[in-house]
Amino acid sequence: MATRAFQKVYTKLNQVTKATCSVTATGVGYDELATVGGRLAQVVKIINDSVTLQIFEGTEGIGTDAEVVFFGYPPTLKVSDQLAGRFFDAYGNPIDGGPDIEGEEVEIGGPSVNPVRRQQPSELIATGLAGIDLNNTVVTGQKIPLWADPDQPYNFVMSLIALRAKADKIILGGMGLSNDDYLFFKQAFENAGIIDKIISFVNTTENPPVERLLVPYMVLTAAEYFAVEKNEKVMVLLTDMTLYCDALSIVSNRMDQIPSKDSMPGSLYSDLAKIYEKAVQFPEGGSITILAVTTLSGGDRTHAIPDNTGYITEGQLFLMRDTNISKVIVDPIGSLSRLKQNVQGKKTRADHVDVMNAAIRLFTDAGNAKTKLENGFDLSDYDERVLKFSHDYSLRLLAIDVNISIDEMLDTCWELFQKYFSKQEIGIKETVMDKYWK
Amino acid sequence: MTKGIVRGIIANLVLVEVDGPISQNEICYIQLKDIKLMAEVIKILGKIAYTQVFESTRGLMPGNEVEFSGHMLEVKLGPGMLSKIYDGLQDDLNKMDGLFLKRGEYTDPLDENSIWNFTPLAKAGDVVTGGDWLGEVPESWIAHKIMLPFGMTENYSVVSVVPAGEYKITDTIAVVKDKEGKQHEINMIQTWPVKIPIRAYKEKPRPFKLLETGQRTIDTLNPIVEGGTGFIPGPFGCGKTVLQHGISKYGDADMIIFAACGERANEVVEIFVEFPKLDDPRTGRKLMERTIIICNTSNMPVAAREASVYTAMTIAEYYRTMGLKVLLLADSTSRWAQALREMSNRMEELPGPDAFPMDLPAIISNFYARAGYVYLNNGSTGSITFIGTVSPAGGNLKEPVVEATRKAARCFWSLEQRRANSKRYPAVDPIDSYSKYLEYDEVKEYLNSTIAPNWTDLVSYAKDVLLRGRETNEQINILGDDGVPLSYHVTFMKSELLDRIILQQNFFDKVDAATPLNRQHYMLEKVINICMMDFQFESFEEVKPFFTSLIYDMVQMNYAEFNSEEFKQVEADLEKILAERRVK
Ligand SMILES: Nc1ncnc2c1ncn2[C@@H]1O[C@H](COP(=O)(O)OP(=O)(O)O)[C@@H](O)[C@H]1O
Ligand SMILES: [Mg+2]
Repeated sequence: MATRAFQKVYTKLNQVTKATCSVTATGVGYDELATVGGRLAQVVKIINDSVTLQIFEGTEGIGTDAEVVFFGYPPTLKVSDQLAGRFFDAYGNPIDGGPDIEGEEVEIGGPSVNPVRRQQPSELIATGLAGIDLNNTVVTGQKIPLWADPDQPYNFVMSLIALRAKADKIILGGMGLSNDDYLFFKQAFENAGIIDKIISFVNTTENPPVERLLVPYMVLTAAEYFAVEKNEKVMVLLTDMTLYCDALSIVSNRMDQIPSKDSMPGSLYSDLAKIYEKAVQFPEGGSITILAVTTLSGGDRTHAIPDNTGYITEGQLFLMRDTNISKVIVDPIGSLSRLKQNVQGKKTRADHVDVMNAAIRLFTDAGNAKTKLENGFDLSDYDERVLKFSHDYSLRLLAIDVNISIDEMLDTCWELFQKYFSKQEIGIKETVMDKYWK
Repeated sequence: MTKGIVRGIIANLVLVEVDGPISQNEICYIQLKDIKLMAEVIKILGKIAYTQVFESTRGLMPGNEVEFSGHMLEVKLGPGMLSKIYDGLQDDLNKMDGLFLKRGEYTDPLDENSIWNFTPLAKAGDVVTGGDWLGEVPESWIAHKIMLPFGMTENYSVVSVVPAGEYKITDTIAVVKDKEGKQHEINMIQTWPVKIPIRAYKEKPRPFKLLETGQRTIDTLNPIVEGGTGFIPGPFGCGKTVLQHGISKYGDADMIIFAACGERANEVVEIFVEFPKLDDPRTGRKLMERTIIICNTSNMPVAAREASVYTAMTIAEYYRTMGLKVLLLADSTSRWAQALREMSNRMEELPGPDAFPMDLPAIISNFYARAGYVYLNNGSTGSITFIGTVSPAGGNLKEPVVEATRKAARCFWSLEQRRANSKRYPAVDPIDSYSKYLEYDEVKEYLNSTIAPNWTDLVSYAKDVLLRGRETNEQINILGDDGVPLSYHVTFMKSELLDRIILQQNFFDKVDAATPLNRQHYMLEKVINICMMDFQFESFEEVKPFFTSLIYDMVQMNYAEFNSEEFKQVEADLEKILAERRVK
């Protein structure tokens, strides 16, 4: 984001906090960009001639005589086909040694899609993972986060899904991404031979946290270009949204806003919705699918970050370790895809919904049997059988190292049903049963 | 008109210095280059007006000019609103160009050039007052009444009404004369400020008539009435929206107003994609023809989110005054409360619990109070039944929006995480939920005279079965399967049968999605009969398989057309299974 002519320059700061500063200035617009002592900043509050700026890199070492230069416009990104295959920092500057992008300069964080111009998302994304395809089918244009404790392989699972999704573009937004994980993504994309489909905006742990606030908007501005102008299927990866929220709370605390639950700003819901609602299916075929990561603390989904996220996104995919099989699975109980009914049984086999529900019910029963066992009670014959079932179900379907088609998933379920249960215990409609119960 | 100058900007809160009188909730327009941003005054301190802007304030500067409008936020009312999709400020979203919403673009909620087939209802010499019917036009399948504007609260005498025929909404259809003899021309359009209730009715009695929703867990267990209020709190993913969509599809109302308030855009898309295809079982017309959507999704401006629920309520009041049965749904009222919280924080007001504004309970209860069953001036009746969802942070029911709503709404259908996890949909907790209407004598009388003489007894018996089931289940979990008497297993499985057959309902099945009252009665009676039977078991291990086979059969009954061949066949099979273990 280069500076331009006719800029206003000021040199007297009235106040400096950890993330913000204020200066006496006139003719400044809300949301406008500036530099303070050479660091990029954005206007977050104006009262008369007192302008408060949020400095993305932080304020360490900023003097009261620092030079403030106002740009006269909000943050922008130059968009064109040249973005493909490129790696950028949070400001949209290349970090891959390549040339600057030429293209139309658009404001990031632009307006919302008119709801009546949306199409109902109903194009299935096959991931090969039964925790997703069988139990929580996802579609293009959906927004859904992976929920995981920090020790789970969420970035690995995210890359798996992205690579299997057959997207036209994959746009990675890294927020507080460790350098190792950044290199992992790069490597994974290179190995898949699709580096020309990748665009990446990354703030690593080495970069200042407040910069992260720009990343999702950079990513989504690029995504809108390809989805709207080129009618492409764009897969957006945002990792880790919890670190994004942490940056939000830093800024709002520095501005003396009254925090609400878990020290998060009261506007957290609106802030996150602005990002996630950018997921869209357009009638002309272009789409933006958002796959995000929300790291949890000790699986706590009532914390303000996952809680607000869950109220916004179209479900969540819960990664956890199944100690019975010593593998990571997509938990069928804590996970949800709210758009699964748009495709299940419609674009997949007719028995899909019944099979899914029956299997999950048995899996839940197995959980109860386990509790019984832990409490030292005898298990009934049924209990024994559901425990065996849930072991096989986890191992042959839910584990993230399984990669099979949806029909194979359904056939496996039927096989396990027949192995362990009677027709009535399965409880599926007679008409469906007749066809698949051999 | 008063003018002003922008002095400060904090997100969508804009401070304006004014040069003349203004009033609370007055609308003003802030000039930003060649567009005007609409804003509402929410606080006045000396010469400074605090305004909430209904748009993004990006690029706004101190010094920008402001024009005050002299009126509060209003809706424009008239024929042609049915099946429209409005934003929170009643802009017709279909009239906007382009894929993206543009700042400062406001569109006409009505179609000025549309032609309507007018039939007079009043004649010269009649004495009328605000809300009285002057004539009607067919709007979809509703007789849309053209009323004397609500603001004309004095008595007027009708000078003339145009003869039956085709007119535009802007054509004068009647002339009335006030006490001073001054004549007023009336057309089909009127405006009304959304924050002021429309009170053009004679009286608001206690509601008493059941409003069928087709959802068994509501109608059978905790029913709502015409003109009643209810709310659905629940953690995310527990089925608030699905339940509300179900009610909007099958609810027995003349029209539905759906306020999508700060939730997902795709959920609105679902409505306007499906409703034009779905038939209304009562009229055979398409569901969309009885629906108005007010859509202010989570990514649309926060202040307009607050406005959206008022816009929806005011449109509902307008149609109620025509003598219609209106069902108003808002998903989610928590987002509206959060919008209030965001503004209150920006204004640095002293916060109440969880940083919500102190007056939140009052705001919520005033809003719910606008619903109700009314007798109009001409003796007809109309109603607004209001059902809102609440999205409590962390699923905690002790949170301020739930607490405040509990005081305002009479039905409480609480969605339970545990039920949702085990896919027992709808996840309405059968024990904690309640309907205050079941305490009304007139409601009980209505139910027993329209459904069955013993209906309320059956329902309270069902509630006992559920409660006993929960208690015995706890005992079984503590003491173990063989640590309790065999009868505990039977009691528990009876409650499971009731739960599975009456409470659980598959919204995505064509038949099961909605159950008419007579069928609800039939099935409840059937299940209660079984609950009252004694059965013979040798050991507790026989109990579960037996009830599982009962459940299996009765689920097939739920999925079959009522009284169809298939239904009767399964029923016969069920009787056989029962006979095997039944003790006479
Ligand atoms: N009655 C129901 N029948 C079947 N599935 C349901 C039902 N209610 C909810 N669900 C499932 O739960 C998901 C979330 O429901 P939703 O109403 O969107 O939750 P909320 O509004 O409470 O967040 C749905 O997408 C659907 O998969
Ligand atoms: Mg919902």
